[in-house]
Amino acid sequence: MSSEQFNNQKEYDALIVGSGAGGGMAAYVLATAGLKVLMLEAGRSYDPVKETPMFNLPKDAPLRGGSTPDKPFGFYDATVDGGWQVPGEPYTQGSTAPGRKFDWWRARMLGGRTNHWGRISLRMGEYDFKPYSRDGLGFDWPIGYEDLAPYYDKTEMLIGVYGTNEGLENTPDSSDGVLLPPPKPRAYELLAKKACEKLDIPVIPSHLAILSERLDHENIPQKLFPDNKLAQEVTRQSMQSRAACFWATPCGRGCSIKANFQSTTVLLPPALATGNLDIITDAMVREVTVDKKGRASGVLYVDKNTRREEYATARVVVVAASAAETSRILLNSKSPLFPDGLANGSGAVGKYLMDTVGAGVSGQIPALENLPPHNEDGASAMHMYMPWWKYKEQLRGELNFARGYHIEFGGGRSMPGAGAFGGMGDFTGGAYGSDFKEACRRYYGSFVWFDGRGEMIPNEDSYCEIDKDKVDQWGIPVLKFHWKWSEQELNQAAHMHKTFAEIIEAMGGKTTSPVHSDGAKAIINGGAIIHEVGTTRMGSSPKDSVLNPYCQAWEVPNLFITDGAPFVSNADKNPTLTIMALAWRTSDYIVEQLKQRSI
Amino acid sequence: MSDEKLNLSRRSALRLIATTAASVPVIGCAEKVAEKTVEKAAKSAPVEAPRNPVPVRKAPLRSPTDPDLLNPTIHWDFVLEEGELVTLAALCDVIIPADEISPSASEVGAHHYINEYVSAPYDNNKADLITVRGGVVWLDSESKRRFQRPFTELDGTQKTAICDDIKWEKTARAEFKAGARFFAKVRNLAATAFYTTEAGMADIGYVGNKPTAVFAGPPPEVLARLGLDG
Repeated sequence: MSSEQFNNQKEYDALIVGSGAGGGMAAYVLATAGLKVLMLEAGRSYDPVKETPMFNLPKDAPLRGGSTPDKPFGFYDATVDGGWQVPGEPYTQGSTAPGRKFDWWRARMLGGRTNHWGRISLRMGEYDFKPYSRDGLGFDWPIGYEDLAPYYDKTEMLIGVYGTNEGLENTPDSSDGVLLPPPKPRAYELLAKKACEKLDIPVIPSHLAILSERLDHENIPQKLFPDNKLAQEVTRQSMQSRAACFWATPCGRGCSIKANFQSTTVLLPPALATGNLDIITDAMVREVTVDKKGRASGVLYVDKNTRREEYATARVVVVAASAAETSRILLNSKSPLFPDGLANGSGAVGKYLMDTVGAGVSGQIPALENLPPHNEDGASAMHMYMPWWKYKEQLRGELNFARGYHIEFGGGRSMPGAGAFGGMGDFTGGAYGSDFKEACRRYYGSFVWFDGRGEMIPNEDSYCEIDKDKVDQWGIPVLKFHWKWSEQELNQAAHMHKTFAEIIEAMGGKTTSPVHSDGAKAIINGGAIIHEVGTTRMGSSPKDSVLNPYCQAWEVPNLFITDGAPFVSNADKNPTLTIMALAWRTSDYIVEQLKQRSI
Repeated sequence: MSDEKLNLSRRSALRLIATTAASVPVIGCAEKVAEKTVEKAAKSAPVEAPRNPVPVRKAPLRSPTDPDLLNPTIHWDFVLEEGELVTLAALCDVIIPADEISPSASEVGAHHYINEYVSAPYDNNKADLITVRGGVVWLDSESKRRFQRPFTELDGTQKTAICDDIKWEKTARAEFKAGARFFAKVRNLAATAFYTTEAGMADIGYVGNKPTAVFAGPPPEVLARLGLDG
């Protein structure tokens, strides 16, 4: 499409594709810096303040709120128009062999997956940026921890993260005063901590993007933006509107009191309050267009309501559609200057797709039976976790896998929902009648689960590409995924199972799910942890990377990527916090470059 | 935290959104959503299902992947017949009988939940519909074979005699394996139905879903029982 057909009246400095963690942060930083910003979101508008089912009981929802293909994480899950499948928007698999499938979770809604995410906010550490230098596998990032540390601090101060500084290896401390105090541990968390002492596994307060206290709206905005009155003002207003957590109702539903982090409650409201941000929802982006000089000139998108193609332009294009979708857009952006897709001279677009290694074991702990009733809801996610603890053994080559994992765990006296006591028949050898009721009373709260979240090393066999034989209902060619775990991940998954069985035993309990020594049986599907990153990695050379160290496309100076796609490795640390810190750094760079008129 | 404080923060939150929305020129989407909502409300007066807590809505959904989360409705018809429900209610009460602490499963409508579940238009539910319907036929046949009466008319000892044979697939004799799979399905569904009600949650001592200013952590008696110092 030529720019003559462009009918938009307003001129924008930046156009952002996507409104989740990366797009939301870019919009916040660019709009508060005074740039005129247009955001395109493929899903509908969504307001957690008005739409979140706080306190609603499972019994008031269809199927007691249980999982269905329409609402895979349950009826009350914040995700709307999303899931493992999006109607009318298929994706395909390169292979259906065991272990070769990739599950792709999408959320077509304002704020994307930040509306329902787990809120786990862990910093990548020094080792995590230079993994190749440490063990000769994978690739180093062109930046180091010290480059991102100030942005981790700023992001944590802005969104609010609870946790503590423990000074553990490759588990970075935040600057003083940045973190909010963690909630007290639950009974089963304390019991796990005690058991883990015997196994030399550290159990420390988790880091979650949940306000255990209200944010200091008087002082934080000044610290974040010392020289920017507009940014201070909108940030102050936004912080002031957020309540502290009241320790009830699941975060996955979203939060109407804004006590946890969602792009739609924390990033977009202050960005909108500047008057510098416009958002078009139901705008499914097809491709980024280029001018004769090879600069990004705008974005073609389908208006889902009219089913017509539209065009929008800006001086800078920021793509943050989520790692796989971002590479889809670039690969579909073909032109004489970029015959293999935009900014894809290296051929690396779509390559080195990574997810997190996931494997879990559950168990039952007799010590937790028949406990006096007490409220264990808390932050609706873990108050404690176990960071990776075997860096030294790994460096000495004592383990048969090179990278670490952290442990997430749960259990206790949570609210009964769909499937409540579903395992009780098997657990009791078929109890029914008064025996069944007695068993439920006795065992309620005594079940625990442990999930490993481990680092996957990028490989040549895990990538996505355009499926030449299929388009979606908007006429846009779809992605085909290719996936393969290496021995590294499989061995790691087996180690997870062995470790979790040991913890359960050390707690005096028994496992209630299979413990596999074969990692291929222990590991969960690729994509299933919903931590997919990579596909437009940054690097130090245009020969083998898509982006420079500022997430700027080597070949297209006014094209930036601020989601998980720039990741070079995927540490065991859940990626959202790093996506936001990186997006903030990239956005600062965009502001700087526009000021200097270099883009 | 008091409700008052919560409401206050919620109000101020709403105010902020209102202010920001007014200052935005393009968006236009919030209005579209509002229109849709109104249209939907006009077209779809919810039809009350008998003794089922979730109303059944006959009108088509805006989209099954984007239901109204604050006013949930069920968008499918219930298929089990009265006779089947009566038998299921009796079986639910054998599995979860009334006692001094809480009512029976049928008293909180567990059989209606089973109807809701097996009537749902998803593959798993469709498969379970076959299991449950077939199981009900089998249960009545077995009752008549052994005691010359349908299951609902058996006394407690007679019901137990049959249920003992089908209580667990792993130990059930070959001729009772299918019955045991049916029994396990009903036990699971009755448990979900029962323990998600207020009565069921009170029975096991779930005391959460309440806003509190501070998360107190485990009470001293719990810590003492576990030999922990907190």
